[in-house]
Order: sequence, then C-alpha cells, then structure tokens
Amino acid sequence: MAVNFKNLPDEELLYGAKTCQGCGVTLAARLALKVLGEKTCLATPACCFAATTTVYPQSSIFVNNAITAFPALASTLSGMAVAAEALGWDEDITILGIAGDGGTVDIGLQALSGAAERNENIIYICVDNEAYMNTGNQRSGVTSYKAWTTTTPTGSCSKGEKNKFKKSLFEIMAAHRVPYTATASVAYPKDFMEKVEKAKNIKGCKVIHVMTPCPTGWGYDPAITVKTAKLAVECGLWYLAEFENNKFRFNFVPKEFKPVEEYLKLQRRFRHLDESDYREIEANRDIEWDRMRKRFA
Amino acid sequence: MSKKAFLSANEAAAYGVKLSRPHVVSAYPITPQTTLVEKIADFLANGEADFKYMMVESEHSAMASALGASMMGARTFTASSSQGLLYMCEMLSYVSGARFPIVMVDANRSVATPWNIFGDQRDAMAMRDSGWIMLYVESGQEALDTVIQAYKIAEDPEVMTPVMINIDGFTLTHTYDMVEIPEQEEADSFLPPYSTTNKMDMKDPKTLCMSVGPDFHTEGRFLQQKAFEAAKRKIVSVNDEYAKLTGRSYGGMIEEYRCDDAEAVLVAVGSVAGTVRVAVDEMREAGKKVGLIKLRSFRPFPKEYFESIRDKFKAVGVIDRSISFGFDGTVFSEVKSAMYGSGAKMANYIVGLGGRDIPKHQIETMFSKLLGMASGKNEAEVQFLGMRWE
Amino acid sequence: MNKPKWNKDYKAPSSWDEMFFGSSNGVGILPTPNSGFRTLHPEIDSKACIKCLMCWVFCPEGCIDKSGEHLEIDMDYCKGCGICAAECPKNCIKMIKDGDTE
Repeated sequence: MAVNFKNLPDEELLYGAKTCQGCGVTLAARLALKVLGEKTCLATPACCFAATTTVYPQSSIFVNNAITAFPALASTLSGMAVAAEALGWDEDITILGIAGDGGTVDIGLQALSGAAERNENIIYICVDNEAYMNTGNQRSGVTSYKAWTTTTPTGSCSKGEKNKFKKSLFEIMAAHRVPYTATASVAYPKDFMEKVEKAKNIKGCKVIHVMTPCPTGWGYDPAITVKTAKLAVECGLWYLAEFENNKFRFNFVPKEFKPVEEYLKLQRRFRHLDESDYREIEANRDIEWDRMRKRFA
Repeated sequence: MSKKAFLSANEAAAYGVKLSRPHVVSAYPITPQTTLVEKIADFLANGEADFKYMMVESEHSAMASALGASMMGARTFTASSSQGLLYMCEMLSYVSGARFPIVMVDANRSVATPWNIFGDQRDAMAMRDSGWIMLYVESGQEALDTVIQAYKIAEDPEVMTPVMINIDGFTLTHTYDMVEIPEQEEADSFLPPYSTTNKMDMKDPKTLCMSVGPDFHTEGRFLQQKAFEAAKRKIVSVNDEYAKLTGRSYGGMIEEYRCDDAEAVLVAVGSVAGTVRVAVDEMREAGKKVGLIKLRSFRPFPKEYFESIRDKFKAVGVIDRSISFGFDGTVFSEVKSAMYGSGAKMANYIVGLGGRDIPKHQIETMFSKLLGMASGKNEAEVQFLGMRWE
Repeated sequence: MNKPKWNKDYKAPSSWDEMFFGSSNGVGILPTPNSGFRTLHPEIDSKACIKCLMCWVFCPEGCIDKSGEHLEIDMDYCKGCGICAAECPKNCIKMIKDGDTE
C-alpha cells in the first residue's frame, strides 16, 4: 500500500513532547502514529520517549497509552493484545509498542523473544539511537563500533565501543519466524511508513527496527538528523530490509557505498577516529554486507 | 448443589480461579505452584472454562502481561512462588501503584540461597511493602474461597488494590483434603463482572502508569494507604457476605480460637494455624488456658485488633516461618509494634524454615514456654526452635 | 492553526477530589509550550514553496500545518531544530533568530 504524503491525515497523535530538538525518535513515533491512526493503544517502557511525553500533568500522546517497566514492554503488549481479544475489542485496533534499543535488544530481549514465539498480535517498533540515551548515553548491544559513549569513553587506553557489530534484531526476529520484521530509517519516511502500514495489516508479531539518530548523544547539529540517517544507509552502516513469508529482501542497496567518513565525521562521538579507523570500519561493513547478502539471498 | 472433591490446595485454588471467571490468566511454572497452573490448563483443555491462558516465558513477563491485560479492563490472574515472586517484584509495585485489582496466588517457598524448593514464608514476607493486600490461608477450602473473595475485595471501588493469596508450599499445595466446590451460579451471584474506568477505552482514552514527580507523588501514596484502610473493612464484610452464601467464615482479618479466657496465645500465619488449633484443644483438655490468634490478613495489618488485645493476655507468642536478618521474625516485629505499651510477655519462635515440619509437640513447647513466661520465668525473646543442636 | 493547543488554563489539582487516581490520567494534555527550546525559528517563503510537504513529513514535532492554502508553523511547539530548512528541496525555509525578522 503506497503512502502518499498529501493523503496523510493532518491530525497529530504525538505533539508537544519534551524531546530534544531534532530527535529522531520523535520523528519515527510521529510517522508511525500517522499511519496507525487513533485506533491504537500504545505502550512504552522506560526510555526517552516515555520520559518526555508522559510526566504528569503532561500527556503528549493523543491515544490510549501506558508506560511499563524497562524489561517489560513486549510482555505488557502481549497482555494487552490477549485481553483485547478476550474482551472482544475491535479487531482493527492496533496494539503498538515503541521502545529504545536498550529496552529491546538488551534488557527487553527476553520478553520480546517470548512475544515473538507466541506470535502475539502486536506491532513492536524499536527506535535505535545506538545507546541508552535516556540515562545519558551509555552503550548498548547496538552501539556502533568505536563510538564514544559514557561507558565506552575514549582515552589513552580506549577508542570507544569494542564490539564490532550491532546485535541484529532483524535476524533474531526472523529466527523466531515472525510473520513480518523489517529495518527502516527516518531518512526514508515513505519506506518506513509503508512498512508500518504493512505490519498493520498482518496478524501476529511484527517488529520494525528503525534507526533514529540522536543529536544530543551522537553530537551533531539537530538540523541534520535526517541527513545523518540518510548517510548511515548510503555508506552501508545501516540497511533497509524486510523479512516476510520466511523470505529476506533488501529494500535498497546503494550502487556504491559512500565512504564511511562522510557519515562518521559529522558526529562528535566519532571525533577521535583517524584514517586507519575509517578503513577498519569500512572493512567491517564489507564483511557484514557479504554475510547479509549470502544470508538474505 | 455444590460438589465435594478430594483436592490439594493448589487444585482448590484453581477451582477458585475458574469460578471467578478471569478473562486472562498468565503464568509461569515454579515449584510448588506448578500443579495450580496445570489444573487451570486442564480446565481449558476439557472445555470447563473459557479464558485466555498466556504461557509466558518468565515470571516477570507473567506479571507484566497481567498488568497489560488489566490495563484493558480484563480480570486477570497469575501465580508464582519464591524465586519467581522475587523476579517479578518490580512488577508487583507497578501493579499496585497503578491500582489494578490483579489477584495472584503465591505458593510460599523459601528463597535461595541455599536453593530450596520447600515451604516457608520468606518469599512473600520480603514483598510486604509492595502495596499488595496479603491474605494467608490455612487450608485448601480456604484457598478456594479466598480466591473468589479476593476478586471482590480487590475490585471494590474503594479498594482497587491487587491481592496476593499465600498458600504454604507443599504443606498445603501438595496435601489433599475434602473441599466443597461452590456452583458457578453461587460464585456469579457473589462476584459481579469486573467494571472500572481505570483502563484504556476508545471512547475515553487514558494514560496509565504515568510518571509522577515529587510534586504529586506523596498524595498518591496517601491514597494507596487510604485504600488499605478501606480494605480492612472490606476483608471483613466480604468474608461475612461469603459466609452467608456458603456457611464458611474465616473471621475476616483475624480469627480468635478459644482466646476468651486464655493466658497464653500464639499468633500463627498460614497452615501452622491448623496444628495450633489441635494443640490448643489438647492442652485445654489438660487444663491449660491457651488460645490461637490466626492472622489471615497480613497486609493490611490488623493493627487495631492487636492494640485492642494489649492487656488481654499474659503472654503472646508469634510463630514465624521467616526472619528479617539482623532483626526479628517479620510477623513478630509487626505484632510487637502494634502491641506497644502492652504488659504481656512476648516471644518469637522461628520455625519451619526451608520446609522443616512444625510438629504438634513443638507447638506444645511454645505454649509451655509462654505459660512459664506468664508466671515469671525468663526466656529469650526470639528463639530458633527445633534446631539439630544448640 | 489546526494543531493541538497549549492548555494555558491548566491548573494543578488543589484538593482530593481533583487528584488523579492511581497512576492514571487523560491523554493529550499540554500544560506548557515548547517554544522555549529554540533560539532560531523557521520562516517559510510561501511564494517559493511548492508544497512538496518534505518539511511537513520530516518535522519531528509535527508543528507544520498543511491544512490551509499555505504551510504555517505552530510557534508554540516549534523547537527550532532546523530540519525543515535543511530538508526543503527549494531552500525556501530560513532559520531566523527569535526576535529578529527576515
């Protein structure tokens, strides 16, 4: 179902959040709610999104919503979905979860694995800013290689994050044989919104992993959030793919990857890198793409 | 016509759950609660009940799913024990602060380490500050009846607080007794469908489990405390109402047994109250003036009752199947605090830890010690009884 | 402006009757604006604008109003991040210092 911006509703279901200027998460959440509409029940765990939209007396979310414990988003969503069915709620009401990378791939992974295995009828959107941003930029299981975070700071003995690869939530969910999982980026809003639309029309556990750059944590001018997200995809450090009907598919493969330093040099968290680091990161990127190409063939 | 069956307390509680018509049950097995969740699964498999059963992947998820279900306005049930209860403990607070009337059964079991699957009361006692109503049962019959009563108490608009029903692990969960199972119509006449505005609603959208800062936090906690005051009344009135329906009363928050002219009484929580009853009868036969105070409601704590008996008895002993390390037995410290100003001699007997049996002769020893204290003998206030060596 | 409004009349509860229940509240309540976030604000040149809606899509705050003939911006909730200006393909949005006018 193609998304046409002119036909999207005017109504804002997320408004007035106290997120940072240029916050990628806000953009992703706003676009998801544009597609899903009023008939949505939203739950969020402890994360930037919850802490900036739902502090009494403020409520920046204009649909039914709840906050839940940090590791518990997927299990709370499961309970909501099962109860909605038990109580005879309208079948076109979406049970939606939005969680950060920490609350999904680290502390929240067990609950998500359970929900995926039980194929609960939920849409789970993981907004990935590559660290535990709500608590001040501590590393997570998807922090980029050699990124500075407060728990992987740079210094004479350290060049930042040691782990070469991001946890692949996409492949983990595919291994659970969910009916639909995808990666996305706020720089490709049409693609992202079409994926959310597709998820809406499938029954079962749908997981979308969207990269949402963070000006505060990554260290760049908020105005270039979208440009940064685009560069990540264009230089191959993020990718757009789908898993549906047990088949993988890339949605977009750049003909030629841009040099990684175009993306990395924009961000303060990579300021300490030198030429050899860029080449190393590029080599890792190529290994990862080789692996993915073989896997997703 | 209600039927009778030979059931374990776990199975009896499962019947209580079935009769309460939950919409959603979520559970994760753990000894000694397993036969309860298995019985519930049997009901579904045989078409005897119709609810959604979520076989979640951990206890934390069990309570989180129960929370999610309750957010939609569903009547929910879950059960756990020991390690599982402690694993879900952050969710206990989540549920109680959001005022969702979830009912759970805790099969009381010791807490690792050392790893132990047998019964004592350390697990739930560690959760006494979580904001849940905590009721303790003495028998399988009481377990069944209390599950049904618990929903009525929890869902009362003045209460709206979740309830934990504590059933001694193995001692009750795995021993069998004749239990009368009320008819579904009886249960339906007693327990109306769950109705609340504290839920998600397309016509009246809500924010649930929000963040509240220092500016309004205290007022919310005060209201929770007030709800517990209301719970004190409801536990009694619901018990009385249920007694009218079935003929079975459990006294409400406490039950006195042969206390009227007693010189020494024992406060007991859970199954051990049954053993104390037998011991009291035998010792009364022998002319000893002893009695039992069965503590059924631990939260809310029957503070007013203990204040009222300050000067009634010469010696008050408290049986604790738990201990708050570095201080006294948990029930004792609360009873003693409520009885502040009393002239009675008080004693705490720590017994039955890690599944160790509490035999009748041990109860008789307690009463002898108490009667000795009443007539001036000196005894240590807190004693571990029945240890293998001194 | 077809956007949710800043609830200027919001008053905190002043008695037990007005106190919220549990941890529950209504939805869509905006007691404070976000205008304080910014030092720059966007100004759209309506004559040069081709209504491609890129700014509307990419605004994280959703404070661009596309319901009228020209695009308008809700200055109560614009944080001045500058994404709209950066993404406009016609470069017809300028970021101007608050207090100045173009």
